[in-house]
Amino acid sequence: MSLPNYTSWNYRVWHYTYLTICALVFFFLIAPLFIILPLSFNAEQYIHFSKGMIALDPDAFSLRWYEDMIYGTKNPWGLAAKNSIIIAFFATIGSTILGTVAALGLSSRHMPYKAAFMALLISPMIVPLIISGTAIFFFMAKVGLAATHTGIILAHIILGTPFVVITVTATLTGFDHSVTRAAASLGSNPVNTFMKITLPLILPGVISGALFAFVTSFDEVVVVLFLAGLENTTIPIQMWVGLREQLSPTIMAVATCLIVMSTLILVSAELLRRRSERLRGINR
Amino acid sequence: MSTEKILSSDGIPLELSLKKAERKNKLKAVMLVAPLFLFLIITYVFPIGDMLFRSVDDRMITKMLPNTFEAIEKWDGKELPEEPVYAALYEDLAYLKKTKTYGKIIARLNYEKGGFSSLIKKTVRKLGKFEEGDYKSQFIKTHKRWGQNEYLVALKNTAPNWSYAKYLKGVDLKFDQDRNIIQQDEDRRIHKILWLRTVKVAFWVTIFCFLLAYPISYLLATLPMKYSNLLMICVLLPFWTSLLVRTSSWMVLLQQQGPINDLIVWLGLAANDARPELMYNVIGTFVAMTQILLPFMVLPLYSVMKTISPSLMRAGKSLGGTPFVAFRKIYFPLTIPGIGAGSLLVFILAIGYYITPALVGGASGSLISNTIAYHMKSSLDWSFAAALGTMLLVGVLTIYWIYNKLVGIDNIKLG
Repeated sequence: MSLPNYTSWNYRVWHYTYLTICALVFFFLIAPLFIILPLSFNAEQYIHFSKGMIALDPDAFSLRWYEDMIYGTKNPWGLAAKNSIIIAFFATIGSTILGTVAALGLSSRHMPYKAAFMALLISPMIVPLIISGTAIFFFMAKVGLAATHTGIILAHIILGTPFVVITVTATLTGFDHSVTRAAASLGSNPVNTFMKITLPLILPGVISGALFAFVTSFDEVVVVLFLAGLENTTIPIQMWVGLREQLSPTIMAVATCLIVMSTLILVSAELLRRRSERLRGINR
Repeated sequence: MSTEKILSSDGIPLELSLKKAERKNKLKAVMLVAPLFLFLIITYVFPIGDMLFRSVDDRMITKMLPNTFEAIEKWDGKELPEEPVYAALYEDLAYLKKTKTYGKIIARLNYEKGGFSSLIKKTVRKLGKFEEGDYKSQFIKTHKRWGQNEYLVALKNTAPNWSYAKYLKGVDLKFDQDRNIIQQDEDRRIHKILWLRTVKVAFWVTIFCFLLAYPISYLLATLPMKYSNLLMICVLLPFWTSLLVRTSSWMVLLQQQGPINDLIVWLGLAANDARPELMYNVIGTFVAMTQILLPFMVLPLYSVMKTISPSLMRAGKSLGGTPFVAFRKIYFPLTIPGIGAGSLLVFILAIGYYITPALVGGASGSLISNTIAYHMKSSLDWSFAAALGTMLLVGVLTIYWIYNKLVGIDNIKLG
């Protein structure tokens, strides 16, 4: 942002102060994440920067905590990762199907009481997790699904659907319904129309909703804390347990892996969003 | 006007056939929403209703002492009750002893009035030696508290099936002997402080999120695309990163030997051996929550600011307004919808926060959610947890309702 040379001195000072403030806020947002990366390569078992690390001495860095994460004795991360992936996978499929179908209905202009239905379907995102967790726990205990994968998957479907509903309805606003009518007039049945016409057009929205649902399930701690038994431990649960005891470098290593993962998800979500906007002909 | 109806090709009046088509379309839309709707009703709405129910449900003890409550119903609570009450109590306790289920009522009665625990335990132990007839004097002989009016009044007070006592406890009130609502004892008034702290933290987090988010949202909205996309990553990366990862990074930063404390010592603000406690108190909760919830403020603000045309500000300035006046009179009022949306969202999320306060808050930085979790997992007072949960839920739903009125729930945006 270069300033034209007629700007007053006063304005210049204000402008650069403003940019400095912005830089500080961005720093506040992003810097805490990066503090974790170097610490996970620490050769010592303390969570602080040793003198060697500050001097960039190669001996001060090591991969031992990553080794510990993968091969460590009695390590819970393998089982936790397996469970997390299984649960997130099925929860994503469930939320995506239920959410997409519901979003199709919600964005039809014939839908009655649209706002009320929308408010209800979004509510799992708004209601504090501790309340959802308590309520779902009582329910799952009653139907005998507490401490089972099925119970946790169902709970995560509940928590994930609002995100799918929101992203897919957003994609469907501005959807040109004359294309589906054109398909119908050419003799296509509704299912065929959906698979061949609607779905490919809204796919970016569906996938980004699915990404949200996946991340929601993969990161979710509170409800799992209530529902999980020892067998169903997940990565967030293990992190939670670890963090309550003490900060260990192994947790830093796990956290680094999770940051890398979220970076990949962010990039794919951004690419999808742009593709969706291009497909819908929205230019910014 | 002609009264003749317009017919469609198959001879049915057009109006009817249109209505039929409308109905069919409506049904189709409802059928699409139905699966998720029913799924949520069964697995989510119904359980939350069940939780509400649980918070006022006091039927357990009524079921366990049926004869006693029937006999004691007519008693006015002034003089000691007559023989039939004691006889009924004997009958109930003998049955409970036989089935070994009296443990449950001990906890419930002791909650009503301290001292019941030893009273019931001792009575049950000696129940075998009781003889037929004159149970009243035998009870009083076993334990003198059976002859004290206040214990029998407390027993009678547990009779109703439904009770809102847990809600009173949630705001530091309780029933006294005569069912008047009074303040909890001084040293047990902890919940009001907790509610107040929760609202205060949520309020200040919202304010600070707004103060920090406003300038950067403006920058993001006015910069050319190629720069703003890059900076947007700074907002979106934390948004997509696991909450536990972000909380653990704050634990690293705020710990006593951590970088922030190092900086404070290096700047000479504190001596090395008197490093300030930044974590396990309300400061930790506040700082970490502000950073974690900041993206939820930036995104709605950004999407509103993006729609404001820069020529409006230029017009304001060309009409003689200083940049400040132009901002205050033109730009700021246009961003109010975004401020409303972001603030309500952040406040709703902050008021129910659990993970971050539990890890960096310590005792003085814990919020209402932490207390609910404590009663769910440690004290096992589930009905109290349910009552606190219901109170929090009512608060959140009220804000949600306002949000829906002001912003419209279908305008919610993600990323």
